[in-house]
Amino acid sequence: MLKSYYSLINKWLIALVCVVAVTSILLLFAHTPPLTTYKLLLKGSLSSRAKLARVFQVWVPLMLCSCGLLFTFSMKLWNIGIEGQVMLGAIGATASLMWISPHFAPWMCLILSLGIAFILGALWGFGSGLLKTSGGVNEIFGGLGLNFVAQGLILWLIFGPWKRPGIASMSGTKPFDVSLWLPHIHRFPVLGMLLALIIFILTAILLSSTRQGLKFKALGINPKAGKLYGLSPTANTLIAMTLAGGCAGLCGFFQVTGVYHRLIPAISSNYGYLSLLVVMLANYKWWPIPFISFFFACLNVGSIQLPLILKIDSSLSGVIQGICVLVFIWVKQLSVFERADDT
Amino acid sequence: MDTTILLASVISSAAPIIFATLGETFTERAGIVNLSLDGTILLSAMVGFVVAYNTHNLILAFLASGLTGAAVASIVAIGSLFYGLSQVAIGFVLTLTCRDLAYFLGNAYTRLPGPQVKHLAIPLLKDLPFIGPVFFNHNLVVYLSYVLIIFSWYYFYKTKAGLILRACGENPVAAYSRGINVKLHQLAYTLWGGFWVGLSGASYSLLFKPGWGRPQGAEGIGWIALAIVIFGGWDPLKVALGTYFFAFLQLVGILLQSSYPQIPSQVFQVAPFPLMILMLVIMHISSQKTAKLDPQPQHLSPIQRLLRFLKTTPPAALGSNVHTKEF
Amino acid sequence: MKIRLENICKYYGKVKANDKISFTIEPNSIHGILGENGAGKSTLMKILAGFTPKTSGKIFINGQMVNYNTPTKALELGIGMLYQDPQDFAGLTVLENFLLGLKTSWKIKEYEYTVKLTNLCQQLGFKLQPEAYLKDLTVGERQQLEIVRLLALGVEVLILDEPSTGISTQQKQILFTALKRLAKQGKSILLVSHKLEDITELCDQVTVLSNGQVTGEFMAPLDTEQLLECMFGQKLKQIINSGSIFPQPKNKSTPLVQVRDICSDHGRIRLKNCSLSIYPGEIIGIAGLENSGQELFLRILAGLVRPQKGTITINGKNLTEKNNRTFLQNHIHFIPTNRLEEGLFADLTLLEHYLLVFQQSFWLKSKSAYKLCLQKIEDLKIKGLPNTPAKALSGGNQQRLLLSLLPRQAKLLILEHPTRGLDVESALWVWQYLQKCYGLKASIVFSSPELDEIFQVAHKVIVFYNGQILLSKKISDTTPEEVGNAIAGKVEHA
Repeated sequence: MLKSYYSLINKWLIALVCVVAVTSILLLFAHTPPLTTYKLLLKGSLSSRAKLARVFQVWVPLMLCSCGLLFTFSMKLWNIGIEGQVMLGAIGATASLMWISPHFAPWMCLILSLGIAFILGALWGFGSGLLKTSGGVNEIFGGLGLNFVAQGLILWLIFGPWKRPGIASMSGTKPFDVSLWLPHIHRFPVLGMLLALIIFILTAILLSSTRQGLKFKALGINPKAGKLYGLSPTANTLIAMTLAGGCAGLCGFFQVTGVYHRLIPAISSNYGYLSLLVVMLANYKWWPIPFISFFFACLNVGSIQLPLILKIDSSLSGVIQGICVLVFIWVKQLSVFERADDT
Repeated sequence: MDTTILLASVISSAAPIIFATLGETFTERAGIVNLSLDGTILLSAMVGFVVAYNTHNLILAFLASGLTGAAVASIVAIGSLFYGLSQVAIGFVLTLTCRDLAYFLGNAYTRLPGPQVKHLAIPLLKDLPFIGPVFFNHNLVVYLSYVLIIFSWYYFYKTKAGLILRACGENPVAAYSRGINVKLHQLAYTLWGGFWVGLSGASYSLLFKPGWGRPQGAEGIGWIALAIVIFGGWDPLKVALGTYFFAFLQLVGILLQSSYPQIPSQVFQVAPFPLMILMLVIMHISSQKTAKLDPQPQHLSPIQRLLRFLKTTPPAALGSNVHTKEF
Repeated sequence: MKIRLENICKYYGKVKANDKISFTIEPNSIHGILGENGAGKSTLMKILAGFTPKTSGKIFINGQMVNYNTPTKALELGIGMLYQDPQDFAGLTVLENFLLGLKTSWKIKEYEYTVKLTNLCQQLGFKLQPEAYLKDLTVGERQQLEIVRLLALGVEVLILDEPSTGISTQQKQILFTALKRLAKQGKSILLVSHKLEDITELCDQVTVLSNGQVTGEFMAPLDTEQLLECMFGQKLKQIINSGSIFPQPKNKSTPLVQVRDICSDHGRIRLKNCSLSIYPGEIIGIAGLENSGQELFLRILAGLVRPQKGTITINGKNLTEKNNRTFLQNHIHFIPTNRLEEGLFADLTLLEHYLLVFQQSFWLKSKSAYKLCLQKIEDLKIKGLPNTPAKALSGGNQQRLLLSLLPRQAKLLILEHPTRGLDVESALWVWQYLQKCYGLKASIVFSSPELDEIFQVAHKVIVFYNGQILLSKKISDTTPEEVGNAIAGKVEHA
């Protein structure tokens, strides 16, 4: 027993060393001192309250998308269409704010726009679910196609019907009135954090203590057996995709009302894709999600100033994240192999 | 724009995509899905540009790009064949990681002028009416894409090695029982496919979207290539046709934009995607319908014939990890 | 080529699949290997074809001892096997399938090999289109291709495993004529079958296996009575027709389920006009060789597969076009024999199984489920804890778990070989449990390859043969011999 704990720790230590070593080699390759870089990453994300606030601005969307992905992953579905679902949520939020803000109080507008964002994102997720169940299009490709469509839609809106008075540009639509911004406290997106926490708790509860969550898990393991007990793989695929889309829609809502205060072409900031990595690194479980999201958010924020100070690209954060996940799934599989050898 | 120029541009802009789609066709026909295309193309584009910039040797640059592609593919192949990892999972992680790696390592080379592949019209052939300007007034990369199409078709259907390649993707267990080392073949074709994906990257940074910068013009191409392989039903000629069709749609988008200037060009650039999805759905429905059709082709209406042509069946063992001890 | 087998043994743990098997296969002859399910035929053939290594024993070819353990090596020695599941490539053409494995040049010489293929086909009376795709071919045609391919590889000994299963009568005749011709040309043919008519029609010599041992050797002309005796003999005599352990259902009730004229085409298996009435409380045992259609029939009965023709009614309600949820609502439950692959969720714990199946409320009530779980574990003596995942259970305990997931109010239980892989005690326990919980309350339809089980448990036996119901009788009106004959395709017409 003690020995197996020891080997467990050993293995993850090796994994950690691997990640650090590979990253350091890459940094040396780019003629950058690794230690300084790591220090900068740390300083850039945690050294001040303002920086921490920025970290949480990234943490919120990662949490929301990851929660959505937990549903689809528990059904063993690859919801790559999450990016498009975020975008649709953002479109929904922007549209509702634009159209109803003159008529209602700001807080009502925000609540309504949250609802619309959820619904539009959910519809987009339902769409790629439907493509899979009735169209025979693998969810990866259906989702990808819908991502491109969503991106086109956003561009069309920004350059077409919603263009800024004067000239249309890549900088997005006209910013909303400050009253429609999601309130901050000391730059901390408190309401967004609250939303993310609520969704996270709801997700955790749904997955761990409701019948629906158990259905997802069971059908993900064996859809054939599910049929024997009257569970429908088709219906549950659609439900999982819809829920995931809804959560992603909320992420879009936060990006519009809490971060950019307008619709911009890169409104999703690739957080959907990044969340796929978050959930993979969390081994598809719910409880590590907040911590891994936080870690990834720190990397993202910490890397922003790298180009200015060290003249290296901020995509270093993505490289580190990718290497982490790659090493993780590899080491995890190795332990599966070891267990198979034992029996 | 007249037809000749339009067709010539379709041919040339499709060339780098052809490398990626046919490379992936090799890989998938052998039974492995390499999902990392989008990242691989960017990474190899960067490598190609950096090598070309430093050595001024384009052949070396293309070679380096190809090897980069093969190296990335080897991670997918080794992970899935020897460690039983999910091909989709590794592929997806690599897509994102390679993309970021490309921007990270290529940062120092951003917006530098570098060498480019030169225009090279083929003498005599270029003077043929219509055919000359459409097909033979390009550069070596475009000519290489013709070679690859013909080679792939020949290799797949006319050689023993091609037959073995298809057998591995179709039924690995049966292939083993006929004395074929399935894993070795799958590994080799994943690397070979990755090599061509790498060349696709180099053709972008050294020819079609020359230079390195953020965002590189090749972003998103990998995903399109993956969709085209399905669209083309894993058949080299149909895949090539699908690629030209896609290039055509993109050009038409740009043309339409000049008639409708109020719509941004980006909208037209995504137009092929919904069309692509629609086609996939139609193909799915048609493959259900044609299953019940009379097998005699002469009794089919033209629409049924079109459906039959579009009908596709993936290699039966695509993406599955065969992990019997026998291998 | 003359092949001599000497004391071939194959042990799987304690199970002796082949126990000291010795016999000789002569050239110019068709040699039959006869035996019921699990007699060890397939194992022996796989050893001969190099697919499975033997535990001990010797193989001599023309007097010389040979050692090989891969199919490729066996082929080099001239031994080729035609498997029951065709080892071929559905997405490739006939010609391409033919070429794969042949020693050809790097470039495919289409014309040359098309001629070769057509010539071989013509010699044997086969009609194969070289450019046709294999997935459009019938099983019989795929078989023909495989034979032609093996011959092109220079095979001298051809092993055929149940070749007449799933092919039409016409194709069977073509195949048999071809086999006779091949034998005349000097090849040795090994025909593995459990169908008497095939064996008597074709073979010059027969070896009968039972329980992994040779129980008889016969030369043509063959006497079916003798063969049957040898095949089932001892076993059938041991079966005591003592009547079912389940109480007899009341007479003169109306049928619970009526199945009429079911036809279905599913790859190799074709059901033809199968009808069955199931009365309340009745226990029906389905006998028959593997792939005779009972697997498909059970799934149709459970609503998992829709038949192409025919009707299913329950208490007068027509359920023919309905999905399996409607069948469940009408209290029809199915337990597949592949427990972990089709019936259970490998990574879910016992507790989660009960939560999923017995609770319909939105919230999971773990406490009550935990109680239920402990109760079931005790009632069914499942060796596991509430948090044990299903995949960690042994086969017998997986079966217990599956049984415990059946609701009390079930009206019809469809069990596919419920005692597969269980030892005698566990098997007996399964039936006692079912009798205790469902005796007279529910009807049971089960399939089993063991005749003694059917005779101990069922009220009625039906026998599937080639997708048809060949025999349907009350246990009290039949004898083990009659059922055994029907399984081998032989019925007396009274």
